[in-house]
Amino acid sequence: MEMDKLSVVTSFLHNIVVYNIPLLYGTAGEILVEKSGSLNLGVEGIMAVGAIFGYICGCYANSLLVGIAVAFLAGALCGLLFSVLTVTLQANQNITGLTLTTFGLGVYFFVGNGLKASGWPVMGNFSNIMAGFSNVAIPGLSKIPLLGHGLFNHNVLVYLGIAIAVAMWWYLNKTTPGLRLRAVGENPAAADSVGINVTWTKYLHICIGCGIMGIGGYYMGLNMSGSFNSNCWINGYGWIAVALVIFANWNPAMAILGTFVFGFFNTLRVSGSSLAAAFPSVLGFLGDIPTQLYQALPFIITAIVLVVTSIRSRKSSGLPAALGINYFREER
Amino acid sequence: MTEEYAIQLSGITKAFGSVVANKNIDLNVRQGEILALLGENGSGKTTLMNMLSGIYQPDSGTIRVNGKEVSIHSPEDAKRLGIGMVHQHFKLVDVFSAADNVWMGREKAGFRLKRNRYAEMEAIAKKFGFDIDPRKKVCNMAVSEKQTLEIIKVLSYGAKIIILDEPTAVLTVQEIQKLFTVLRKMKDEGHSIIIITHKLGEVMEISDRVAILRKGEYITTVNTAETDEQALTEWMVGRKVDLNIDRPAMEKTKPLLELRDVCIRSDEGTTAIDGVSFYIRGGEILGVAGIAGCGQKELCEAIAGLRPIEKGQMIHKGDNIVGLPPRVILEKGISMSFIPEDRLGMGLAPSLSITDNMLLKNYADAKGPFVDRKQGRADAQQVIRELEVVTPSTETPVRRLSGGNVQKVLLGREIKAGPNVLVTAYPVRGLDIHSSYAIYDILNRQKKDGVGILFVGEDLDVMMALCDKILVLCHGKVMGVVHAHKTTKEELGLMMTGSLDLTNKYEDKPAGIAKDSLFGDGQQKVEG
Repeated sequence: MEMDKLSVVTSFLHNIVVYNIPLLYGTAGEILVEKSGSLNLGVEGIMAVGAIFGYICGCYANSLLVGIAVAFLAGALCGLLFSVLTVTLQANQNITGLTLTTFGLGVYFFVGNGLKASGWPVMGNFSNIMAGFSNVAIPGLSKIPLLGHGLFNHNVLVYLGIAIAVAMWWYLNKTTPGLRLRAVGENPAAADSVGINVTWTKYLHICIGCGIMGIGGYYMGLNMSGSFNSNCWINGYGWIAVALVIFANWNPAMAILGTFVFGFFNTLRVSGSSLAAAFPSVLGFLGDIPTQLYQALPFIITAIVLVVTSIRSRKSSGLPAALGINYFREER
Repeated sequence: MTEEYAIQLSGITKAFGSVVANKNIDLNVRQGEILALLGENGSGKTTLMNMLSGIYQPDSGTIRVNGKEVSIHSPEDAKRLGIGMVHQHFKLVDVFSAADNVWMGREKAGFRLKRNRYAEMEAIAKKFGFDIDPRKKVCNMAVSEKQTLEIIKVLSYGAKIIILDEPTAVLTVQEIQKLFTVLRKMKDEGHSIIIITHKLGEVMEISDRVAILRKGEYITTVNTAETDEQALTEWMVGRKVDLNIDRPAMEKTKPLLELRDVCIRSDEGTTAIDGVSFYIRGGEILGVAGIAGCGQKELCEAIAGLRPIEKGQMIHKGDNIVGLPPRVILEKGISMSFIPEDRLGMGLAPSLSITDNMLLKNYADAKGPFVDRKQGRADAQQVIRELEVVTPSTETPVRRLSGGNVQKVLLGREIKAGPNVLVTAYPVRGLDIHSSYAIYDILNRQKKDGVGILFVGEDLDVMMALCDKILVLCHGKVMGVVHAHKTTKEELGLMMTGSLDLTNKYEDKPAGIAKDSLFGDGQQKVEG
């Protein structure tokens, strides 16, 4: 009985990680984009585009690596589109981002439905993908009781996501190109005046950031075992990622924490009933909460997070000062 | 053999749409000289310099640097050519440290940020003779520090030709002297310096030669030693101008507005104004001098009722006005106009027409739910006529007017309300001589009508000529009130930096409290 309770907690922890890592990809990608001073509201659409192309190409090539690469490229292409529109053609960033969401979801269903009619690649048939996406235990750490399996026995994309976030933190804070990127996001005129190529910096980081979002989308597809139905795989996670950027205060390391805090509530929907069964005296109430409330929970939490973080004092905020403002050198 | 000229511009033309900013300009800068570039607003000084710094490209004409013809497509190109510009609005990243602001533009900086970049920056600063804390963030710096940082930045990238766009506008007298020392030293080390300014006194003091632009055209270049302020003004304006500012002597009335021990908080919650007392009489101009950001903005806003007062009292004609809503204060005849640094941020809605901006103030006077556009247009026409605003029509968006005209519209609207106390902050900020004198005239006319004027200014020469008395603020505290015709620039400068405190100069007369104060009545009213 005691073992059973432990395993419920362990699987709860495991689920928090497994189901919410796409948020980390979306958030980290968006942080990189926003640090360049561009507000991209197209995360949802970009993740969808990355997901559908990554999944299909990955399956056809029967290679997880190809899937990741294609998802990245598809996302980066969306980023390129966003860059051309907002950086070169100076289009409004909010509108462009929203359009990109609509566009991305359109592409997703267009390609997905089209393929479903002719022959959908079922994930289970591709041994390399299945093997690639299976859990890899970290030696030693995964043996820790209670936490080991929950935190240190995951598929490679989980590790990759964490690695990307940590690397991004290092890049932003400890490298010269990172410093220049932040300068562009804070004050593009200042960056320009010291000879930093603002346009190139923006293009590069928007594309890479969107590519990272694409991988997150691909992960969601794999997590759904590639079953294509009327719901999009991304299912609003792109929007939550946009909010998590604010929660994380534009800090990729904080994004990891944010993902898990958020994931905790998000995962109650899946694990709530088993937790209630395992600890009836303490967590019994979880079983009485209607499903609809669980489904609404991520978005309620998002709203609360936005309210709380907006109270934070402006001085300590990581908000790039020029976020959302297009830069035009000759503007007077 | 070195070239005689560091920079040769010939036939430079630049147009923005139908507006020609620079027309066929020829300008030469010698090696190792300080050239002052003089001209009124809109004469194209900054545009011309921005073509050297790579912000704009000329439509036609050639640029030679050290004798070689070049094309400068970006600030990066300018940097490579050894041209550095210190812009009027500093181009610094607020949240970065001093060192990072320099580091971000450094060539061959390496991929990883070096831990020793702070020490390295300090060494570079020392080499050029500056003292700066490399870890201090720009947002915590005073204006003069920011400017020093900009100069260090430009020098550290190896600039030999340095352009300064109105560098003295934000500095105190002492800081200006310090800057000039730096400039002379840079000149001695062989740098060529171009300094853009309006202030003739500074031109005469610092420059070797003066180049003059008027309405986008090149007029002439003269040796500073062979000219005088009157001649320069005539070239600049194109006709004779009387450089004296009037200070009509007026019969003074009882105090109109009295402040006593007033404390006001800033947006950040720190104390912006700390126990300030002063009074304004009708028919006098009280100047407020102080380094930028010493509580001037908070003081103006508090008087207009836009900002709560932490402590203290404000009496207008014996009535307490603390805590009254802005509209009531306005109806009592207290008018406030504040020209912020970007010159459009406060008081006017840039994309609305002059008429609509007039309506913003008196829309509530109209009967019924609709705005009285006819009245607004009449008001606009009156302001345009009386203050000689140059505009295509009353329906032109304010944003399209030149700086001077925008400020005339703002001031005109405030005067239109017929105030008895006029609070005006930086009304001539960034204006050329001609527009500035037009504004001084407007203020003097108000003074003659018995209005009490609080004039928050930055140019001490002007304040000493225009104001009757000058109140000096330093970090929100009053350093004293002096008679404008009895004080000196040096004295004011010392007070502005807080090294001289004249508040207790006369023991029998507490500073800032009128002998014939109406405070007694006011206090009874407050208490009763």
